[in-house]
Amino acid sequence: MSLSVDIRHRQGDFRLEAKFESAGRLTALFGRSGAGKSSLVSMIAGLTRPDHGCITIDGEPLVDTEKRVYVPAHRRRVGYVFQEGRLFPHLTVRRNLLYGRWFRSAAERYTGLDDVVDLLGIAPLLDRSPARLSGGEKQRVAIGRALLASPRLLLMDEPLAALDEARKAEILPYIERLRDKIGLPIVYVSHSVAEVARLATTVVTMANGTVTAVGRPSDVLSRPDLVPGADEAEAGAVLKAVIQSHDDIFGLTTLTAAGGMLTVPRLHRPLGTPVRVRVRARDVMLATEPPHGLSALNVLTATIREIGEPHGPVVDVRLDAGGAQLTARLTRRSVSMLALAPDLPVYAVIKSIAFDEANLSLAPQYGTDVAVEGGN
Amino acid sequence: MFDWFTLSAEEQAAVLLSLKVALWATCASLPFGVAAAYALARGQFWGRALLDGVVHLPLILPPVVTGYVLLLVFGRNGMVGAFLAEQFGIVLAFRWTGAALACAIMGFPLMVRAIRLSLEAVDRRLEEAAGTLGAPPLWVFATVTLPLIAPGIVAGMILSFARAMGEFGATITFVANIPGETQTLSSAIYTFTQVPGGDAQALRLTLIAVVLSLGALLLSNTLSRRIARGIGQST
Repeated sequence: MSLSVDIRHRQGDFRLEAKFESAGRLTALFGRSGAGKSSLVSMIAGLTRPDHGCITIDGEPLVDTEKRVYVPAHRRRVGYVFQEGRLFPHLTVRRNLLYGRWFRSAAERYTGLDDVVDLLGIAPLLDRSPARLSGGEKQRVAIGRALLASPRLLLMDEPLAALDEARKAEILPYIERLRDKIGLPIVYVSHSVAEVARLATTVVTMANGTVTAVGRPSDVLSRPDLVPGADEAEAGAVLKAVIQSHDDIFGLTTLTAAGGMLTVPRLHRPLGTPVRVRVRARDVMLATEPPHGLSALNVLTATIREIGEPHGPVVDVRLDAGGAQLTARLTRRSVSMLALAPDLPVYAVIKSIAFDEANLSLAPQYGTDVAVEGGN
Repeated sequence: MFDWFTLSAEEQAAVLLSLKVALWATCASLPFGVAAAYALARGQFWGRALLDGVVHLPLILPPVVTGYVLLLVFGRNGMVGAFLAEQFGIVLAFRWTGAALACAIMGFPLMVRAIRLSLEAVDRRLEEAAGTLGAPPLWVFATVTLPLIAPGIVAGMILSFARAMGEFGATITFVANIPGETQTLSSAIYTFTQVPGGDAQALRLTLIAVVLSLGALLLSNTLSRRIARGIGQST
């Protein structure tokens, strides 16, 4: 699946000028509130008509203002999971799920009620009314309802924003399953670095109505200039790693990453499983000598690539750890005391408990795109 | 001793005619009421304010004026009346169908107001969601919008029905007061108050009118509650 967007739109004082292409399995639209992410998604869905430009899926135009093409929302086969669920209050969960079923021919349908109910774990909810569901349950039903309309692209507009941390943790694995098991292309809107780092295969960053970067999460999320203020404390890098060994006595798992070994809280996955680790810049310390007498378990050897522009007392130092990019957030004073400079070899120290659940996730299974079929 | 429980044939005819006229007026005007409410709530077109004014006219004009206008337009020599009589053999003036038309028009603004209010309260994002699931606009209207405005439709129908049961001025001007043909409950009460010794009969019919109207109100409340429960809203 390839999605191509090139539009210009004006809404009051707000100007949206977005251009990007993505063939990613899960394309994250990332940026702070008001950057234009939701407007863009609503144009892909056909709920807003752009002033100028075109949007195509696999070369087939959904909108092309020059050729005067406009496919209405109900003929696009583009699913939409809204931030607030938008379940039909007058229908039971079952009838909500089946609502979109009748508008697709048998050939277009690729999943059935039983498969979707299994995938999302919503069997006990089927006969309830939406008013009697929790926030997390509502979102799972909303995802199921969109899936059963057999879309060729699924848009998710901050589907977790209205949920608390526990509910978020409840939904995230289901989104990973959509991405990896059903192989449905997804465009995911978010302003949370943690979600994007965990889910995305391609990241499109947006600010003030324009696209500022497109790339792989490991490249884009390590650039503090693209991951601005909205989530200041959350900025960081994404490392790819493989599970090396488990330590059941201390409840730890050792990962091999570029640049060295990482010890993280026990992961319940087999050896050899590829994972993603997000390292927040504020969790990284630097030392110029091999540290000893230290409780932190993770010490990676690295080289300083660049020392960023200071903002306030803080400086982001970008590192190269055996090919992987890492960012350390230090005070200006530390930088000057240690005489840090580009090309200086350093030791990056990370506490193991910095890796909580939200920062560890299964890597998307590249190259194992399952042909679209019922998830189970 | 006056018998409170036995109605004369004429009185029975008046009660039944009123019910028939009110039911027809309410049901036949419903599609137009929904269409007008939709146009006023959602439409953006030239003349929307004018349509709003025209719909509300029967509410602000004296009923006799409305009845007289109906007579001018739908009477045998009226523009529409003559056309209907020649082309389709439909005559409205001085028939019960004319009474139904008069009642429908008098109740129309009330019906449109109720439906319009509930339409404006519908969360349009639900309709958008239905669209993204592949539902064409008419289907969305039938399966999402209509069920959500059902309480408003019930309320509008009851208001229209009650207005029709009580309608007097426009009806008597347009279709007169012919026993067995156009004499409704209200006209019958009026007639009894005009004859010496008719007080008891007028009072009896008045009580019937009270019971019918109260019954309609209670029925509508029950229905609305049941519907509201069905669409997951608390009352």
